[in-house]
Amino acid sequence: MNNSFIEINNISKHFEDVKAVNDVSFEIKEGEFFSLLGPSGCGKTTLLRLLAGFEYPTSGNLLIDGTDITALPPDKRPTNMVFQNYAIFPHLNVEKNIQFGLRKLGLSNDEIDKRVKGVLSLVKLEGYEERFSNQLSGGQRQRVALARALVRQPKVLLLDEPLGALDKKLRDEMQLELRTLQKNIGITFVFVTHDQQEAISMSDRVAVMNDGKIQQLSEPNELYKNPENIFVSDFIGETNFLKAETKSSDGEFINVSIEGLGEFKIKNNLNIAANSSDVVCSVRPESMMIAKVKSDWDICLDAKICQTSYLGEMTRFYVEAKGIDKIITVSSQHFDNQSFENNECFISMSLEDISLLNKK
Amino acid sequence: MNEKNSTLLIYTLLYFGFLYVPVLFLPIFSFNDANYMSFPLAGFTTEHYEEMWSKRNLHKALWASIKVGVVASVVSTTFALFAAKAFARYTFRGEKVSYGAIMMPFLIPEIILAVAILVIWVNLGFKLGLVPVTIGHTLFCTPFAMLILIARIEGFDFSLEEASRDLGENAWGTFFRVSFPLYLPGIVAALLLSFIISFDEFILAFFLTGSDATLPMYMWGQMRFVQKLPHVLALGAVIIVFTTFIVLLAFWLRNVGQGKVKKDIAIKL
Repeated sequence: MNNSFIEINNISKHFEDVKAVNDVSFEIKEGEFFSLLGPSGCGKTTLLRLLAGFEYPTSGNLLIDGTDITALPPDKRPTNMVFQNYAIFPHLNVEKNIQFGLRKLGLSNDEIDKRVKGVLSLVKLEGYEERFSNQLSGGQRQRVALARALVRQPKVLLLDEPLGALDKKLRDEMQLELRTLQKNIGITFVFVTHDQQEAISMSDRVAVMNDGKIQQLSEPNELYKNPENIFVSDFIGETNFLKAETKSSDGEFINVSIEGLGEFKIKNNLNIAANSSDVVCSVRPESMMIAKVKSDWDICLDAKICQTSYLGEMTRFYVEAKGIDKIITVSSQHFDNQSFENNECFISMSLEDISLLNKK
Repeated sequence: MNEKNSTLLIYTLLYFGFLYVPVLFLPIFSFNDANYMSFPLAGFTTEHYEEMWSKRNLHKALWASIKVGVVASVVSTTFALFAAKAFARYTFRGEKVSYGAIMMPFLIPEIILAVAILVIWVNLGFKLGLVPVTIGHTLFCTPFAMLILIARIEGFDFSLEEASRDLGENAWGTFFRVSFPLYLPGIVAALLLSFIISFDEFILAFFLTGSDATLPMYMWGQMRFVQKLPHVLALGAVIIVFTTFIVLLAFWLRNVGQGKVKKDIAIKL
């Protein structure tokens, strides 16, 4: 496996004075399901369009499989794209849509037929050859768009929020299907989404973007467990931020004083400076425990429940803890209607679930 | 029917009467067996139509109008297509100014346009005739064609063009395989309306034709003689029917493909 199939080197893209993509560098591996995740306007779509060739970078260069593609027009690139709105040609039927990109490849008619049949069965659209775009459902259109791009056997498939227009249930199905499809055909996927759950559940690696910069690039579980900054921690899943201040550090560990919790020695993975008040601690709602009685966990706080919301697979408690002037959110799957007397409870957490982050 | 509805109905009838009754006199009198346009009608005849068809000069004028109309509509629609695409797709410096400049011949009095072209043409030492008329008509038709095409191209999903580029087509291939077939109903509508505008146009032709009359010029010439009035009426009636048909066709085409009938009309490539 080649370690750097797609190379993105110091890419910037400015629109007037907006830096949509701001000096971004990273690599994508061959056969990887790679996601660009971020809120709208973070530059993820611009980056995808730079890869497709619809935009050209202000500076920096792009390589795919060792070839510099920075200046190539879209039709000369080994990429194909699934558009957000699918962009199915309305004047052509499904079969003609899929054949559209094969004309320039110099294939024999037999080969064209074979490829179209193959890709139709891959996306489970056999029997729909004669249909036009307005005779298809959203999910079917999405499959046509996928088939039309895959039939060209691109080195890289670019997907621009392809599931955004589908309803929740269909979206979940397609997530699973896309993932399976990608593993089967082994083509590198670059997937753009603003949906963190989608990115986390499908991808081998995720690049979280904000303000035209990569905030963190790692595997999904790393992203969730060890966010590298406050943006990622906030954007991926839910979290509680607690005021903190660092004290002395001995390299691997650092002493931190946390609002309402006291002073602790925790692991300093991010090399955060000692004696700084520009830091914050993050604790996930589901890494805490809520109970009627005291626990022997590292930290156990007296607290009072303000509000409860029942979400089916879990219950969310909003609690006030002594010494913390913010409502803390705690999720629990074990809510067997344990009645808290006067809403009094204990919340517990262990030190390894507290992550220390720089504020900026 | 309540009162409000009947008032509306009367208004509607009066309105359409105002629009169309004068026009209807033409076909009525064109079948009237008399040389004067007056009631009571004298009897039914198709003699005026026969007379009309026998005029050699009319044939010449008709042919001249068709030549001018075809060239002016094709050239103005081509220009209009480029302009409409630019205005609908891109934002650029001088966008509003160039839009205004193209719309200008539509807004300034036609007689001024006519005189301006006449003065320049004669000063350049060229002879009057169908060529300057065609140039004038091209100028005059382009804004109409552009308005029709902008309506068509706005709301066009430009990601379709990107998809085509992405699927390996170059800019020309994309135009011929994607944009053109999808714009086609609008292009045909623009062609038809431009042709009709040119076909009916009088003032520019009046100043610029010299000795080669177009059809409206021919009619103008015939109007001076009372005995020739009936066959002009017959000609007028034919033109009304023809124009109405073309305009209806153009309006139908303009909307086609925006909705359900998409696939039936677009060229299959």
